[in-house]
Parts: sequence; structure tokens; C-alpha cells
Amino acid sequence: MREIQYREAIREAIIEEMDRDRKVFLIGEDVGVYGGAFKAYKGLLDKYGPDRVINTPISETAIIGAGIGAALTGYRPIVEIMFIDFAALAMDQIANQAAKIHFMSGGRLNVPLVIRTQGGVGKGLATQHSQSLEAWFYHIPGLKVVMPATSYDVKGLLKTAIRDNSPVMFIEHKMTYPVKGAVPEEEYTIPFGKADIKRKGEDITIFAYSNMVLKSIEAAEELEREGISCEVVDPRTIVPLDIDEVINSVKKTGRLIIVSEACRRGSVASDISARVTERVFEYLKAPVKIVAGLDTPIPYNSTLEWASIPQKSDIIKAVKELLEEIL
Amino acid sequence: MGNDLKAKKLYITIDGYRMEDKFSGLDDSIKIEMLRKMYQIRHFEDETEQFIIRGMIHGTCHLYTGEEATAVGAIYAINDDDYITSTHRGHGHCIAKGADLNIMMAELLGKRTGCCKGKGGSMHIADVDSGNLGANGVVGGGIGIATGAALTCKMKKSGKIVICFFGDGAANQGIFHSSINIASIWDLPIIYLCENNVYGMSTPVKEAFNIEKISDRKCAYGIEGLTIDGNNLVEVFNTVSHFSGECRAGRGPVLIESLTYRWRGHSKSDAQVYRTREEIRQWVERGPIERYKKILIGGEILTEKEDKDLEKEVAVQLDKATKFAMESPFPEPSEVEDDVYA
Ligand SMILES: Cc1ncc(C[n+]2csc(CCOP(=O)(O)OP(=O)(O)O)c2C)c(N)n1
Ligand SMILES: [Mg+2]
Repeated sequence: MREIQYREAIREAIIEEMDRDRKVFLIGEDVGVYGGAFKAYKGLLDKYGPDRVINTPISETAIIGAGIGAALTGYRPIVEIMFIDFAALAMDQIANQAAKIHFMSGGRLNVPLVIRTQGGVGKGLATQHSQSLEAWFYHIPGLKVVMPATSYDVKGLLKTAIRDNSPVMFIEHKMTYPVKGAVPEEEYTIPFGKADIKRKGEDITIFAYSNMVLKSIEAAEELEREGISCEVVDPRTIVPLDIDEVINSVKKTGRLIIVSEACRRGSVASDISARVTERVFEYLKAPVKIVAGLDTPIPYNSTLEWASIPQKSDIIKAVKELLEEIL
Repeated sequence: MGNDLKAKKLYITIDGYRMEDKFSGLDDSIKIEMLRKMYQIRHFEDETEQFIIRGMIHGTCHLYTGEEATAVGAIYAINDDDYITSTHRGHGHCIAKGADLNIMMAELLGKRTGCCKGKGGSMHIADVDSGNLGANGVVGGGIGIATGAALTCKMKKSGKIVICFFGDGAANQGIFHSSINIASIWDLPIIYLCENNVYGMSTPVKEAFNIEKISDRKCAYGIEGLTIDGNNLVEVFNTVSHFSGECRAGRGPVLIESLTYRWRGHSKSDAQVYRTREEIRQWVERGPIERYKKILIGGEILTEKEDKDLEKEVAVQLDKATKFAMESPFPEPSEVEDDVYA
């Protein structure tokens, strides 16, 4: 199968959906001639013109607001927030408005809005451009939250997000844009709430999403050479969450590690741990282990930056520790 | 007779505001000092660019090259103990406010000796000792903070004022509106200084605004405001001198739009498809240092030779800063958990 970059997969999904449905349009900062800060929209202004590729002033609150209003009245906007950190500026529109409108209207109004954004550590962009904030959105009923790790997943899930009638936080990772992965030529979509076993294994389950899937796979490959077999489960969407797939894996392996780039306190990882423990405590041969980012802001210096989030070596160490532990 | 001349105040008019020409009364040494500061910024940014090219800057950088007259003219018109807030394009403000070049350069290289211990980097560069309350990674993030600092000045009756630097792009954030309105109803001693450098990343000002001048927004808040030539140091100095006096007299705030131009790409990675080489060339020809130098040499305040020597001195200073930065140690990984709480 052909291999394409994550950013190319995003672009393909958008082109297919914009060709399929006139109601889909793009709006955001530097999405025009610049082609988006991470170049996912290269050439789209020329292809669709300024009516469907709308470049905006720097006004996150108003951009999200405009997306919500257009969505309520018949369009299917894809709003880009350049860094997830800046979603903070538009939090009322996202959390109090977009997330609630369908419910508040007794199901009579829909907000088919996709908020495309990216987060994560790795480019030396320091405290205000490197956060993993998915827990903010995970916490708010009414929002769906997608965190694709691979080219294949990002394409199929973005197409589903665009067709969904609820607001979707579509959270990419800044380190994955140049990564290549297999993507078929034919059209496909990926349903929300369907986890993917990224690697089959017997001894231990590693639950990870977004860029941590890639690090977990690397760790699993290295552990394989030492005779340890890890199963890597990627939920792909954290809302809705395919908890059953995780449970099934844990029933088989009896051990669970949750890897999270986001800092530990109040994290999605903590919630997954609680859910799994509630459901299959009797199957666990050892306590669930969380490998997460430190509870600190993200520093600039690359060594400190590296130290602030889980690395392959941390995952390997955690796996080995957990295998030694018996309840 | 000489004394009489000195005592006589000269007046000028800038964008409809009559004000004293404070610049002409300045000591020659201060006029030359301002040129030195502009050279420091220019050379600092050139050096930083070299680091970027050699892959030694881990994060991104937004260079202030070409905008030097705005930072230097404005900051020399206020007192050392007045406050500023800065932006993502903050090296120039930081240098003008008096930060040490060594610790700034060390910060860019992520060293422990850096002004933020290697934790902030270019986008958060600031030397708090010199009254700089911080650069900002969030466009518009400093506008609220500056307003709060001005509230302190007023409550303490300290006589201090604040300059809030922000870009044209930031003027379209909601916080611009709510902060200036608050400053207006509270009569805060603050200068909102909008650096209109023609673009916010790739978006031209003419596409992001439907008004002639950003300073026209003054009407919405019932405050004074004007648009000035931000590449003319004398004009920036005189305007900020005048309005800092107004602010200290309780007649703030004010909105100053300073017209300038960013010579380099927006950040480390910018192919600059949104503008032409010709446009850049025209602005470079009207560069702030080049223009100010002419004024000093024409006024016989400085000779060509003294100018060359001055620039050489600055270059030596920058070499020292680079050496200091390169030789400084990196922080230990364990230091990541320091400084989270006060
Ligand atoms: C809230 C927010 N939105 C977007 C960005 C990305 N960004 C960084 S600088 C910039 C342009 C800022 O333009 P302007 O305020 O005019 O300052 P300039 O870069 O021209 O000095 C953008 C869009 C950001 N850092 N923060
Ligand atoms: Mg600008």
C-alpha cells in the first residue's frame, strides 16, 4: 500500500469531503496562502477559493463562535485552532455553547462542527504551545474527542468527524505531521468509538493514544526482542471510548499500562484506570500503572522538555516493573 | 544666548497632536545611547538568525529586525522603573528595557544561566529586574496583564506608568477591547502601543481590519490615540514622551499605533509567500537605524567614524554574549520540577 504523511492524509480527507459536500468549509488563522501553520491545507485556497477557505484575523473566540453559528444554520465548518493552548481563549464558545446547544434545545438544534487543532511536546515551543489538554474536552459532556496517531486513522476519522452532527474536538499531534503511514487509495471512513489493536500481544496491555501510540509500539518492538509480548490498544477516539476493547485485552493479559503525554493530575489516563479497575478488578494480576507527563508546565530546554513527558525508555521500564509485580 | 536657545521649547505636531519636541533638548550622549541600543537589537537578532541557521535554537524565534526604533524610542521616553509588557517578538523590547545580553543569549540556547533558567526560551524572554513583565506566547496575552500593572501604579500612586506592546494581530483579540475599555473608565496610566508591522503572520493588516488606522479605535473607548511613523525614532520618542506625561498626570490611557515593518520571516519556518521581495526592499531602504544614523550624523552629533566604532563595540559585546551563552551549562533534567509554584 502507498505511504503518505499524516498531514497529507488530513489534506486528502478534507478534499474528499469538500468535494462530496458543498456545506463543508474551512476557517482559521493563516489557512489561506500560508496553507495552515502545519501545512495541512497546502493548495486548498487555490482549489476552493476564499469563500470556502476563509482566512481570519487572530480572534479565536470569534472564529469558533462563527463556526458554531454557521453549523447551527446549515453548514459543516472545520475550524482550525493553530495550537490547542489557544482553545483556552475560546473556551466559553466550545464548552458552554457548542457542547450544550443540542441538549439545551431538547435535541432540536445540531452543531456539526469540527475543531481541528494540535497539541503536544517536541518542538521546543515551551509552556504555551506544547500542552496536551484533551482532558479539558473529555470532561465536557456534549463534545466528541478524537486523537488519531497514524495517517490511516487521521484520514478515516476526520471524514467521520466532518459527517458527524455533534461538535468534535479533533486533536492532532505536532510531531506526527511528517510521519508516513499506509493509506489505501480507495475511500474509507473509521467509526468513532472503535479501538484499534495496534499490536497483538499476550503478557501486558499498553493503552495509548495520539503520539504515545507510536512510542508504545517502539517500546513493544524492543521488548519483543527480550521475549516480552505487549498488546498496544489505541482507542483513537477518547469520547466516545471503546472501553470494551480495553477490557477484553486486560482480561487476556491481566496487566495494564496507560501511557499519557498529558500530565497525570486529572488526566484521561486516571479515568481509564478507574474504569478498568471497576470492571475487571478480578482479572488484574498487578495494579494498573500510569506512565504520564509530569505535573509541570512544559519547559523550553530540550533536555527538560524530553524529561517532562514519557519516553520509550520509561514505557519499557514500566512494563518490566509491572511484570515483576504480583497482586 | 546659547542658554536662551536651550530653554526655549520647540513644538511639533504629530498626527494632529501638538507636543513638545523633547528629543531636541536631549543630551547628545543619550541620543547616541539610543543608536547603540538599536545596534544591540540588530546585532542580537543577526546573531540569533545565525544560531537558527546552524540549528542551535531548539524552539522558534520571532525576530525584531527592522522594528528597532519603536522599542528604543518608546522605552527611552519612559523611566527605568516604569513597566512594560512584551510579545512573542520580544527580544527588542527586552534589550531596550535594559536586559543583560549575556543572559538573554543564554536563554535562547536553553542554558541554566539564561534569564528564565532555560525554561522560557525566546517566546517568554524577559528580565524582570528591568521592569519587563514578560514576553508572551499567546497573541494578546500581555494586554490584560499590562492593564493590571497600570492598576497597581494608580492604586499605589507610584507615579509609574506602563507601556503595553502588542502587534496589529493582537488588536483583534477580545482582550484588546475589554482591557482598553477598563483602562479608560479607570483612567489608568498606560500606553497601549500597537506595533503595526503590516502583517500578523501571513495575514496583511488590510485584510484583518476595515478601518484606515488601528488608532481610530480610540473613539470606541473615549481615549486619545494617534498613528505615528514607527521607523522614525525621533517621532516615537517625542510621542511617547508626551503621552507618558499625560498618563502620569492622570489623563491616560492612550492608544499609539506605530507603523513599522518586519524584515524577516514571521518565525523560524516561513516561506513568506504572502509578500514580495520588492516590498521588503522598499522597507529596508527606509530602515529605522539607517534613518536615525543620518539624523545624528547630519546634526553633527556623531561622525561617520564614531558611528562605525559604535557598531564595532556592539559587535564585540555580542561576541561576548555568544561566548557566555555557549560556555554556560545546561540545566539538569531534575530541574524540570522546580519553579512550578512560588
Ligand atoms: C492566541 C494566539 N493565536 C495565534 C497564535 C499564533 N501566532 C503567533 S504570532 C502570530 C501573529 C501575530 O501577529 P501580530 O500580533 O501582528 O505580531 P507580529 O508577529 O506581527 O509581531 C500568530 C497568528 C498565537 N501565538 N496566539
Ligand atoms: Mg504584525
